[in-house]
Amino acid sequence: MKENPVLEVSNLKTYFYLENNFVARAVDGVDFTIHQGETLAIVGESGSGKSITSLSIMQLINKPGKIVDGTICLEGDNLLTKSSKQMTKIRGNDIAMIFQEPMTALNPVYTIGSQIVETIRKHKNLSKHAARERVIELLNLVGFPRAKEVMNEYPHQLSGGMRQRAMIAMAISCDPKLLIADEPSTALDVTIQAQILDLLMEMKERLNMSILLVTHDLGVVAEYADRVLVMYGGQIVEETTVEAIFEETKHPYTIGLLESLPSLEKEVKRLGAIKGSVPPAYLFPKGCRFADRCPHVMDQCRESNPELLSIAPTHKARCYLYELGGGHSHDNRAKTTAEQKI
Amino acid sequence: MTIEQKQLQNKKSEQEQNNETIMQASHIKKYFPIKGGIFKHTIGHVKAVDDVSLSIKKGETLGLVGESGSGKSTLGRVLLRLLEPTEGEVIFEGKDISHLNNRKLRAYRKHMQIVFQDPFASLNSKMSVGELIEEPLLVQTSVSKPERKQMSVELLEKVGLRANDRAKYPHEFSGGQRQRISIARALALNPKFIICDEPVSALDVSIQAQVLNLMADLQEEYHLTYLFIAHDLSVVKHISDRVAVMYLGRIAELAPKEQLYQNPLHPYTKALLSSVPSTNVREKREKIKLSGDLPSPANPPSGCVFRTRCPMAHDRCISEIPALSEMEKGHFVACHLYE
Ligand SMILES: Nc1ncnc2c1ncn2[C@@H]1O[C@H](COP(=O)(O)OP(=O)(O)OP(=O)(O)O)[C@@H](O)[C@H]1O
Ligand code: SF4
Ligand code: SF4
Ligand SMILES: [Mg+2]
Repeated sequence: MKENPVLEVSNLKTYFYLENNFVARAVDGVDFTIHQGETLAIVGESGSGKSITSLSIMQLINKPGKIVDGTICLEGDNLLTKSSKQMTKIRGNDIAMIFQEPMTALNPVYTIGSQIVETIRKHKNLSKHAARERVIELLNLVGFPRAKEVMNEYPHQLSGGMRQRAMIAMAISCDPKLLIADEPSTALDVTIQAQILDLLMEMKERLNMSILLVTHDLGVVAEYADRVLVMYGGQIVEETTVEAIFEETKHPYTIGLLESLPSLEKEVKRLGAIKGSVPPAYLFPKGCRFADRCPHVMDQCRESNPELLSIAPTHKARCYLYELGGGHSHDNRAKTTAEQKI
Repeated sequence: MTIEQKQLQNKKSEQEQNNETIMQASHIKKYFPIKGGIFKHTIGHVKAVDDVSLSIKKGETLGLVGESGSGKSTLGRVLLRLLEPTEGEVIFEGKDISHLNNRKLRAYRKHMQIVFQDPFASLNSKMSVGELIEEPLLVQTSVSKPERKQMSVELLEKVGLRANDRAKYPHEFSGGQRQRISIARALALNPKFIICDEPVSALDVSIQAQVLNLMADLQEEYHLTYLFIAHDLSVVKHISDRVAVMYLGRIAELAPKEQLYQNPLHPYTKALLSSVPSTNVREKREKIKLSGDLPSPANPPSGCVFRTRCPMAHDRCISEIPALSEMEKGHFVACHLYE
């Protein structure tokens, strides 16, 4: 798996230029790699930059936003040097995206069938008839037993879960290498959510895609991701495997997030809420962006922003607690203190 | 009298009445007409709530879960008498309020409040925080202006905001802070019963935890009774004493939370619980997959409303509506498997 990076993002910066010379640093120096066949999750709270990261990969950033730095390489090819015509080809064909609200991508005035046929014919040299056959096949694949009828229905005639299935059919219609799913199940009820996420994973296996899964739901991460990026304030604060993020949690923000979460398995009297709230992207503090909310904040944290450093072969964290003495002695530092607090 | 004194008084009288029922709903139905044709005749009904009975004890939190469209919010609004039931009785503290007119309801309104999901939509953006919190006092009581001011300051501090936030406007606050404002406003009249309709669903988890902790503290301090409506089963488990599961306008199961979560009986509750993604990366729970979507409440299936998705459905489920019956003490289920 490791040898085969599909997408490599490095030093990505996407800023929004607001009134009064404010600059919202929505994505501010993000690096990560997605390997072939891998599901990489981005988690974080509202406004942490998850969606802007994925929209930047698709180059769907509109004014006043702008990608100001970095490279985004798809199989070694930097997408940021492509013309908009070339990008149109790449979107849908090599990288596809599904959204929380399928209606943002489905056109209400065209039937489901005609929209997917359109998408296929834009990218593949198929006759109308062959494209229609392919769409019926796809709709069957994503779990529409009455695919032929659904072809002629309009998006509003479908339920939320069915629309999301139609979106998935459209997204996989050209065998993309990478599928970006931004909160694909957030608007759905849990029983439907499970159906949709299972379907995505089944399609991933079948088509050998990689998935970038954007979510705020740590349960979804635990069940579906291989690796995880935790974002806070436009940056990655922790990156590791799905096991390690839950069992060897390092960053004080991630620890706080996990303790905030009520769970079905364990019973706690009080939830370990993180104090305060996320700073807006145009008002990040000079030092660590989590400093105002962090129970371990030190003088140094207010001075400068820590780097995202490797603390184990497959584990990175952006926090001075793990930089001080370096290595193992500080391994459980944040966690034990957090536990003592409770 | 300050809020503190009033609340103390309230608390005392409530302790005397411990374990009493504050709200009793019997056979509630709420049908909304569907109009159609050129003459806008009624061509059918959306059966949003269909024969629901439950009781809520003083000081407890009853959780109400179910998928969207299952009728949770409609039931909440009927209990508060923001909607009139099509059939059935709503008894609040022993008085039948099912069909009281607005004027007569006013006496009850101050005892019952609601906190909504969307703190952005539910607060009037043109009013300052002070005005928002004092409005119910102004409308419902004869409390003087300086007293109102003092009370709003106390309330703001109670919900973790500051006295000088009174002069600010809702847009100056984050989602979590706005929800605190809504809670302060709901508390202004010193209510006994609060319906929380998805109060934390729009909030990030770290903020959600702050608000849930606050709500638990306030409940203890003021002996509040909550009906907590949510679709997040983990949140409901955390905050509730008992939990009711709704499906398509009906209660499928109702039990003390330990029983409901450890020993769910209804096939729908079982599927629902098994579908919640777990953060336990070592042990994966087996998911019970439900096929299909929630049917339309305008055209619910005959017999058991869950039968179109139920893995255990059998002949009887098509023709007979299962009654909600008590399996063990306090554990109710509506399913033919248990009859
Ligand atoms: N069009 C815009 N103009 C100005 N700022 C923007 C715009 N779009 C996004 N931002 C800012 O960029 C930051 C990151 O936003 P982004 O949408 O990526 O967050 P997110 O992590 O996806 O959040 P959510 O969980 O709410 O979807 C936020 O601070 C947001 O306010
Ligand atoms: S760098 Fe400092 S403030 Fe930031 S997370 Fe680490 S300890 Fe907390
Ligand atoms: S009554 Fe029948 S259909 Fe309904 S839940 Fe029980 S077994 Fe399933
Ligand atoms: Mg987003």
